[in-house]
Amino acid sequence: MGKVIVVTSGKGGVGKTTSTAALGAALAQTGAKVVVVDFDVGLRNLDLVMGAERRVVYDLVNVIQGEAKLTQALIRDKRVETLFLLPASQTRDKDNLTPEGVERVITALKKAFDWVICDSPAGIERGATLAMRHADVAIVVTNPEVSSVRDSDRIIGLLDSKTLKAENGETMEKHLLLTRYDSARADRGDMLKVDDVLEILSIPLLGIIPESMDVLRASNVGSPVTLADGRSAPAIAYFEAARRLNGEALPVVVPGDKRGLFGKIFGRRAA
Amino acid sequence: MNLLRFFTRQQSGAAARERLQVLLAHDRASTGDSELVTKLRDEILRAISKHMEVDADKVSVKLERGIPVSTLFVDVEIPHDAEKKAA
Repeated sequence: MGKVIVVTSGKGGVGKTTSTAALGAALAQTGAKVVVVDFDVGLRNLDLVMGAERRVVYDLVNVIQGEAKLTQALIRDKRVETLFLLPASQTRDKDNLTPEGVERVITALKKAFDWVICDSPAGIERGATLAMRHADVAIVVTNPEVSSVRDSDRIIGLLDSKTLKAENGETMEKHLLLTRYDSARADRGDMLKVDDVLEILSIPLLGIIPESMDVLRASNVGSPVTLADGRSAPAIAYFEAARRLNGEALPVVVPGDKRGLFGKIFGRRAA
Repeated sequence: MNLLRFFTRQQSGAAARERLQVLLAHDRASTGDSELVTKLRDEILRAISKHMEVDADKVSVKLERGIPVSTLFVDVEIPHDAEKKAA
């Protein structure tokens, strides 16, 4: 039986889709069978970040409504052969996701894959609660910024009350993935520090992904960060986070300021 | 002028942290685990009411999440003549 992970955040634009693709690709590169599932019905994007937008024929809603078989909707990645994508529908809305339909699909995926990674839509409505409902593990993606931290706190509350695990009296395993972290700004005191966010949200840290041009560059070409350039700083951080998901006790290192002396003197980065 | 601003500038990260701590304490009390807290509050109130008269508004139940344990705060204000009235 595979493990179901939900990648969630409450707030939009913090890096859920980027993280889903990057972690999925990182886990699949170890040989594990991985499927990334886009729950953002109506505003699908995971296909684009994975570079599979032109290969989508059937989607999650088609499968839920019995118009297509699961095997017809799954898209195999062209770079990593154990990595699959189940895209969301672009034309329909979230009301097409039924709790029974989602349960059926997740149960089938759990049997066929080692990891089922669900990319949650933003918000706390139906789409988000259905994406988290069957999860064994939750990854809460947070930016070191007040509105993101507040929304993450709200999502943690939902994970502890609205999921099957919570309803069965079990504890949902939750991990914090701090994204777009800029250690130079944090050092200057102009950004929430890692410890601040950890203290406020009090869930264990899965990884710190540094703010980096490499993330945009990877999505521009339709490649998960961990496939585009495996040696870039965000890719290394995602690879390490994937190893921690696999149970490795790897210490989390705050991504350092890698700019040289010249960069330190002149390198006040534009926003 | 700019140099002066550079040295006197408040660090905004600390402000963010303080604002969040205050805000989330409030958020958690009003929305977080609200169903459970409401249920607990009702049952605690009922249990106490068996033995003494208490004002429902003077019973506050708060759940604070933490690692490895969460803390349940129960704050009940009991008037001096409560026991007499109930008896």
